Amino acid sequence: MRTFSYVKATSLKQVGELLAANADAKLLAGGMTLIPTMKARLAQPSHLIDIAGIAELSGIEVKDGKLTIGAATKHVEVAKSAVVKKAIPALAYLASHIGDPQVRNRGTIGGSLANNDPAADYPSAALSLNATIVTSKREIAADDFFQGMFTTALEAGEVVVKIVFPVPAKAAYEKFPHPASGYAMAGSFVSQHGKNVVRVAITGAGPGVFRWKDAEAALGKKLAAASVEGLSVDATDLNEDMHGTKEYRANLAKVMTKRAVAKLAVTAAASKSGGK
Amino acid sequence: MAKIELKINGKQHSFDVEDRTLLVNLIRDHAQLTGTHVGCDTSQCGACTVHMNGAAVKSCTVLAGQANGADITTIEGMAKGDKLHPVQQAFTECHALQCGFCTPGMIMAVSGFLKDNPKPTDEEIYRGLEGNLCRCTGYINIVKAVKQAAVAMSK
Ligand SMILES: Cc1cc2nc3c(=O)[nH]c(=O)nc-3n(C[C@H](O)[C@H](O)[C@H](O)COP(=O)(O)OP(=O)(O)OC[C@H]3O[C@@H](n4cnc5c(N)ncnc54)[C@H](O)[C@@H]3O)c2cc1C
Ligand code: FES
Ligand code: FES
Repeated sequence: MRTFSYVKATSLKQVGELLAANADAKLLAGGMTLIPTMKARLAQPSHLIDIAGIAELSGIEVKDGKLTIGAATKHVEVAKSAVVKKAIPALAYLASHIGDPQVRNRGTIGGSLANNDPAADYPSAALSLNATIVTSKREIAADDFFQGMFTTALEAGEVVVKIVFPVPAKAAYEKFPHPASGYAMAGSFVSQHGKNVVRVAITGAGPGVFRWKDAEAALGKKLAAASVEGLSVDATDLNEDMHGTKEYRANLAKVMTKRAVAKLAVTAAASKSGGK
Repeated sequence: MAKIELKINGKQHSFDVEDRTLLVNLIRDHAQLTGTHVGCDTSQCGACTVHMNGAAVKSCTVLAGQANGADITTIEGMAKGDKLHPVQQAFTECHALQCGFCTPGMIMAVSGFLKDNPKPTDEEIYRGLEGNLCRCTGYINIVKAVKQAAVAMSK
């Protein structure tokens, strides 16, 4: 790695000052993406501003039907949180399936959303659940936040502070992980809000997370795996590499959606009968 | 340059190092504890796994600065005198290593996830080992050792 100055920030205000004073500074959260990127010299910041210990970026709470998670919250904390498990169990499940235990012990939700890796897990939850990303400057709806491969609505010097998730009636996540990296070859986050609104977000298959609107419409009419049977994801713009063709990924996205919907039914039945 | 003060295996240390120093270099080059290995240096293989404030982390992907003030345990801190840690003992008895390069990281990862899940199923063991690669054993005996260690530790 090229040389840089490391600063451990203690408040958002200090982060703002440091960013303003150093044009080539970068935020460091868990470092699980940024440090490997710097080793590969794909990023060469002059300063690293460590935001992991800032109190304003931490905490998990449910209030008025909304689950709020601080940006510096680690994957392991979301996975284990009793509050998350009760409010949106699918989100705790998703967090518990990111990468490996060592990665989950360091990586953060804010870092994952800001990075917007096309195969990352959290973007699908934020988009399906219609989350609001609260930054140091404004509030951004998930529909506006994700803008394709490694691109978000974040401006230079804008810090993700917390993520607000409306608690859905039901939600489920299913991914087909790449056997070596654990990243999603395709993953589908399905959530139902009220009676007829269903949102389906697909990750891993395309250049960025996207909503599968045909499936949303069909599932809004009838929430059953059979509803998506006759549909297909448009393969035109999907990813193609040594691991799979566009058509393979389109089919995988559909299969993951069907599995998520099937899981939705099971979870709902279990919670009605008081099971887990 | 930065002053890093941290505890490694119960002993307080203070080092003056460059800001870009990785925790694994601090441990190996400055504290001279070479049991922690570097396999890939790209956060894939887990050979560099240590405990930072009780949690298993890949020390090749943590900056020394991020570990300032932390309590670190490395493989050298696992045995109590001549008595091996139950995970070390189980790896020895189950022949869970061949060349041994991955072993320190494996043992730190296993002792990390057994804290959360003292009675893992086979599936949970596979998932617990997801961050660690072994190029020799084929994992069969490693999984055996994890089961044996889990039994020993719950006694
Ligand atoms: C071996 C391995 C396997 C992985 N597997 C998966 C997987 O299966 N699924 C998955 O989703 N991810 C996976 N990841 C990525 C992991 O989840 C990362 O932790 C995550 O993408 C980035 O989070 P971080 O906190 O480590 O961010 P960092 O690496 O610290 O930062 C990443 C980027 O986000 C910026 N940033 C960080 N926090 C903020 C903030 N609050 N506001 C604005 N910008 C910010 C940084 O400046 C940087 O550009 C894996 C990583 C590794 C190393
Ligand atoms: S050396 Fe750190 S993960 Fe391979
Ligand atoms: S024993 Fe040789 S790499 Fe695991």
